[in-house]
Order: sequence, then C-alpha cells, then structure tokens
Amino acid sequence: MLKYILTRLLSGILTVYFIATVTFAAMHLVPGDPITGNKATSPEIRANLERKYGLDRPVLVQYGIYLKNMVNGDFGISFTQQNRSVNDIIRSHFPISATLGIASILFATFGGIFFGALTGISRKKIYDRSIMFGVILAISVPSFVFAAVSQFFMTELNQKAGTTLLPVGGWGGLSHMILPAIVLGLGTLAFLTRLMRSSLLEVVNQDYIRTARAKGLSPTRIFFSHQLRNAVLPVITVLGPAIAAITTGGFVVESVFAIPGLGRYFVQAVQQLDYTVIMGLTVFYGAFLVFMVITVDIAYGLIDPRIKVSARSA
Amino acid sequence: MLKSTTAHSETNSRFQKTMEVDPLIQDLTLQDFFQASREVSKQKISRPSLSYWKDAWLRLQRNRQAITSLGIIAGLTVFTLAGPLAWRLDPAFQDLTRISEPPTFAKSVLVLGEPEPFQELVSSEVPATPQLDAAATLKAPGLLQITGNPTTQSVRLQWSPSEGASGYVVYRSEEGPPGEDYLGVPIAEIEGGNRLSYEDRFNLEARRYHYAVTAKNGAESAGFSAIETTLAPAIRVADARKLTPDAEPGTRMTLPAHPLGTDYLGRDLLARLMEGARVSLFIGFVAPLLAMMIGILIGGVSGFAGGKVDHWLMRMTDFVLALPFLLFMILFKVAFGAGAGESGISAMLLAMVILSWTGSARLVRGQVLQLRDSEFVQASRLLGASWVYLLLRHLLPNTMGVILVSLTFAIPSAIFTEAFLSFIGMGVAPPTPSWGSMCNDGIQTFLTHPHEFLFPALFISMAVLAFNLLGDGLRDALDPKMRSVQ
Repeated sequence: MLKYILTRLLSGILTVYFIATVTFAAMHLVPGDPITGNKATSPEIRANLERKYGLDRPVLVQYGIYLKNMVNGDFGISFTQQNRSVNDIIRSHFPISATLGIASILFATFGGIFFGALTGISRKKIYDRSIMFGVILAISVPSFVFAAVSQFFMTELNQKAGTTLLPVGGWGGLSHMILPAIVLGLGTLAFLTRLMRSSLLEVVNQDYIRTARAKGLSPTRIFFSHQLRNAVLPVITVLGPAIAAITTGGFVVESVFAIPGLGRYFVQAVQQLDYTVIMGLTVFYGAFLVFMVITVDIAYGLIDPRIKVSARSA
Repeated sequence: MLKSTTAHSETNSRFQKTMEVDPLIQDLTLQDFFQASREVSKQKISRPSLSYWKDAWLRLQRNRQAITSLGIIAGLTVFTLAGPLAWRLDPAFQDLTRISEPPTFAKSVLVLGEPEPFQELVSSEVPATPQLDAAATLKAPGLLQITGNPTTQSVRLQWSPSEGASGYVVYRSEEGPPGEDYLGVPIAEIEGGNRLSYEDRFNLEARRYHYAVTAKNGAESAGFSAIETTLAPAIRVADARKLTPDAEPGTRMTLPAHPLGTDYLGRDLLARLMEGARVSLFIGFVAPLLAMMIGILIGGVSGFAGGKVDHWLMRMTDFVLALPFLLFMILFKVAFGAGAGESGISAMLLAMVILSWTGSARLVRGQVLQLRDSEFVQASRLLGASWVYLLLRHLLPNTMGVILVSLTFAIPSAIFTEAFLSFIGMGVAPPTPSWGSMCNDGIQTFLTHPHEFLFPALFISMAVLAFNLLGDGLRDALDPKMRSVQ
C-alpha cells in the first residue's frame, strides 16, 4: 500500500510539472507581451522593464526561473491589480471557493446516493423513469441556466413572501451558500445518481445477496449492510473527477451568484487577460485537482479491501 | 431457468392425463393417418438476414426517446441551414427603437415626420414661485388635456394652473384609473407654478395609459386631475427609412415581427439564434469529428504496432488526459487568442481538438487490441490477408459502432463546452453570435427581459439533451454487450 501511495504521489508530481510546463508554453504563445500596453513606451523604458521582469533573458532561463518560483510556492504578481500577488489572491479567495465546493460535493454525493438507491430499489417504474429523466435533464442543462433560473424564482419567492427567504447573491452566512451549492452540485448529483443506480442493479443479483436472503435477513438489513455498502464503492472512485467538475463549474456559478471565490477571480483574470494570474491560478488549480484525484484514489484503496490486490499487482 | 423447468413438467403431466382419459385417441383407426405432403415440410421458418447496421437501426426505431431526439436533431439542422432562407431578417441589424422587446407579431405603425420641437406652455398669469402659505389649501390643477396626437413617440400634456402652486408632479399609470391611494409612477417633477405642460417620451408602448397631475408647493395637493389615453403605434421617419428607404411621413408601414423578441441592441433574436446555431453546432460537430479522427489514428497505430510505440503513445495520452479539461480550454483559448476581427472559432476548435482526442485514442486502442487477437482476424491473417485489408475489412468496421456511440456523446459535451466558454466571455468574439455568448448577453437583463436569456438557453439545453438521449439509444442499439443483458 505504501508503495502504491508513493508511486501515485510521484506520478502526481510529474503531472503537475507537466501542467506547469504546458501552461508556461501556452502563455508564451500569446501574441505580444504584458509590457506592450495602451501607452507607447520608449525603447529605453521598455528595455528596463524587460530587464526588471527578466523578459530579456532566453526562454529557457525564464522557464527555469518560473519553475523555481513555482517550487517555492510563488505564483507571481498580478499585472492588473496593484500590489496583489497571486498567492494573496489564492489565500483570500480560495477558502470561499473551497467552502462552497465542499457544500456542493456533500449535496451531490448524498443526493446522488439517495436518488440512485431510490431508482435501484423502487419497484414502481414511474419513480425510476421520472428520476432518470431528471438525471438526463440535469446533465444536459448548463449550470448557468440553473443558476439564472433559480435566482429568478428565488427573487419572485422573496417578493411574494415579503422577506428574504434565501439571498440570491453575495457571500455571508450559511443562507448565502444554499442556492449556489445546489446549482453547482446538480450536474454531479445527476451523474452520481446514474452511477449509483447501475452499480446497485449489478449488486442486487450477486450471490451474497441471495445468501443473505436465504439466511432470513430482513430486507432493510440486506439493503443497508449488503447492497448499499457494496454499491457505494464505485461512487467513491469518481469523486475525483466530480471534484474537478465542481471546481471548474464554480467559475460560472460564482460569477452568476457574485460570490467572491477564486473561480470568479479566475474568470475575471481571464477576461482582463491578466497573464500572470491566469498562469499562476491554472497551475494552482491543476495541482489541486491532480492531488484531489490521488487522495480519492488512495482513500478508495483504504476503504475497499478488494483494491489492495490489484494495487500490488499494478 | 427455474421457470422453464416448471413449465415443462406441467405440460408433461397434462400430456399424461390426456393419454389416460381422452376417448378420442382410443377411437383412432389406421385410416386416420396419412402421409404428409412434401410441401408442408418445405415450409421453412426464416427471416431475412439482418446486417449489423440494419439490426441496430431496427433496435433504435423501437426506442421512442432516441427517435424523438433524432427528430429534434434533424429539426435543429433544418433550423440552422434552411432557417435563414425562410426567415430573412438580418441578424446583425440593430433596431434601437425596439430594444429588448418581448416576442411580438408584425404590427402596423404610423410614420411620423420629423417632430416639431416641443413648445413649453409658460403662463404669464400665475407667478412661478408664490407665497409659501398657500400650501395648506393647494387645489388640484384643472383640466388636464392632451395636445396633438398621442403616439408611442410622444404624448404632450397640458393643464391649467393651480393657484398657489410652485410646481407640478406628473404621474403615469398602466393600471386602472388613478385613485386617492395610487396615481401611478411619478415621471416628472416640474418646478415653477407657471409651467403648464409636459412631453412624455419615455419608454412608451402602444397601450392605454392614465396620466395624472398634482400641484405642489412643499407638499403635494391631495386633489389631482387625470386623463386616459390610448397611444397609436408610431415610428419616426428617420428610423422608418432604416427599414424601408422610401418611407414617407403620414403613411403607414408594417414593422417586422419578432417571434422571439429582440436583444439589448434591438436585433431579432430568432435570426440571431439561427446564426448562433451555425457556430454552436459547427463547433459541436466538427471538434469531436476532428478529435475522433486523430484519436482513431493514434489509437489504431498504438494498438496495431504495440511495443515501444504503443508505450510512448499511451504515456503521451495519459499526460494530455491529466490536464484538467475546462481549465486548459480556457488557457489554450487565451493562448491561441483571436486577432481583431476574428471570431475565435478556429482557436476554440484547435484547443478542443488538442485536449479531447485522448478518449477516443484509448477507446480505439482497446478495441484494436481486443480484435487483433480474435479468432476471425487470426483466421484472416492465416489466409494471407495484408494488414491494410485487416484494418479496413475487420478492425474498422467492428469498432465503428463503439466509435459512433462515443462520437454521439462527444457532440453534446462539445456544445456544452462552447456554451460554457462563451458564457464566461472566452468563446467566440462578440459580433459573431453563438448560443453561449447570447446567454452571456441575455443574463445581464434576465430579471427584466427573461426572453433574451431563456431562448438561447432553451436551444442549448434542447440540443444537448437530444444528443445525450440519442447517444443512450445508440449505445443500447449498437453495443452487443448490452444485448445479452436485455
């Protein structure tokens, strides 16, 4: 198991290095450079600025400096916001995104398991049909549509009620989190529902279920300690990609709900072409996602006893 | 299994019973038996042989959701390609007199000449600023009337002075006649007791309005004077000539219908949706197709060649697969940029293809590996088939089903990605519409003019939903593994 963890971590570091390199290369493809602005600068000033920021050095040297900074955890300085380093931006806005992300991943996971189990065990076709149609709908409708429509209806509801039942934007207490967390988690919830359903249908026909039934266990007991426990495991494997989906989904949802999270800052940086922030945040997000996936994989290995065998052989 | 055995034993027992009891059988004689003619045994039970694709098509036809989706997709294609032929409004034409209009039919309007400048009525009989002590007994201004023809271009109001007033407040209401508790929305506060007229030109629609005016001097008078009017739809000749160059004042003309309304620049939403469909669906079809072709090439080579080539190609695939998709879509979109005047479609295509060929490469490699060692390929090889023949005759046709299914699922996700990127302003550049960028424009005014957001959102959702359902149907129809389950 230790060997497995080490291999995964090593490959993760390699992937992050690759991500950093691609990011660097991509940003060097951008026509023009950050110094070329609206105002004409004299060649002397230009040369000074280039020396100051190391832009006059060969690309490989720049690449080396960039990698060194990244290793030291220095993601650069914003070009459009005064006195703001990317680290600063991450420090003050990432916790907000993380809080929202955790809330919506919890919503998506428990909701997905619940609805998946419901479709998997319900004898009535109508439940199965309607939930599965809802799933397809939730997968097909972009999150910004859900965001806008939920905002619209919440505003109407608030007006009808005469008070603010749920705020439709901004960031503050728990109440600010409910609507965006639901919208953000909806797509993932649908995806997990589908997965949970198919994995439950697979488990239902297993021999050990028949054995349990033959032993005379109650249906509730069979469901909770045999079917659900085994069916939930595949759901955990896709939590890595699910976290990625929710993180990138946050870009849009945070913008629509005016939440001062990192995603909204990333989108703003992209719109203002703030290259250093784009670069720094891309590497940060990339590293974050890679290690989230690894964490989920390792956690899965620890939870599922069957995985250890295949890990050793891998 | 269990069921069939019990059924079998049941028929057995019934058979035994008839053997014992039925008297008819006991009465049979030799004459009751004769030789069956050859014709009967010649009848064979057979069905026309079905090819893989014919069979898949039959299966798909039985799937109602998939067929409906296929219809929707066909409809969208017709909408995109033939739509602009039938609906000839210019999607780029900005009608600034009809901004953010909800869906409307064609309407006939009066063409007005250049308006005479509004002459304000200033009375010399009453003072502009009377003594303040008149406030308590302030009376309503008398006789509110409309001068000239009230049209959607302007409504000119005039009233007679109220004694002791230092100014007037004009109200407009779209609901019932003004009462004591509600006069309408205050649209103007006029300072000066001798100014007795007002021209309303703000956001007028062709409908009934109630105007009311009160006098004020510190406080407002309790009494008011009111008038009701229905506005005639009208357009100024300068604006009319932008639509039809030979429009003359005093004539009537028909304004084009906007079945889906107009956007924030007065452009026809239906025409823009058609043009946007071209961008969204083009990216939705072409990006997966290109990615799939690269994927087939790399996956095919990798699986066929094996060894070191396979190893390094797959390492490369793993690395590209490790890049978070949407994050790097944004990054590449920034990197490839769009020069001035470019739409940015090719940049988006390029970014999408670079990042999304991996899935199909892995899929094709897996399929090729599986098929390469299968018996029928070995047999073919044994008979001396060249590798080109193997590839074209055996490998490709047998992977086609899986490829088609994954292509069908790649299309909605490409449409989705385009919408996502355009929505955060990283998609196609502004003058070119796409469904995603139209959503981005529309969401700014969503609370007041929901149609600008809802229609493009509806089209995105419908297209993605249809492709997803069709993909589900195709997978069920084409995937042999699914058949054994059913």
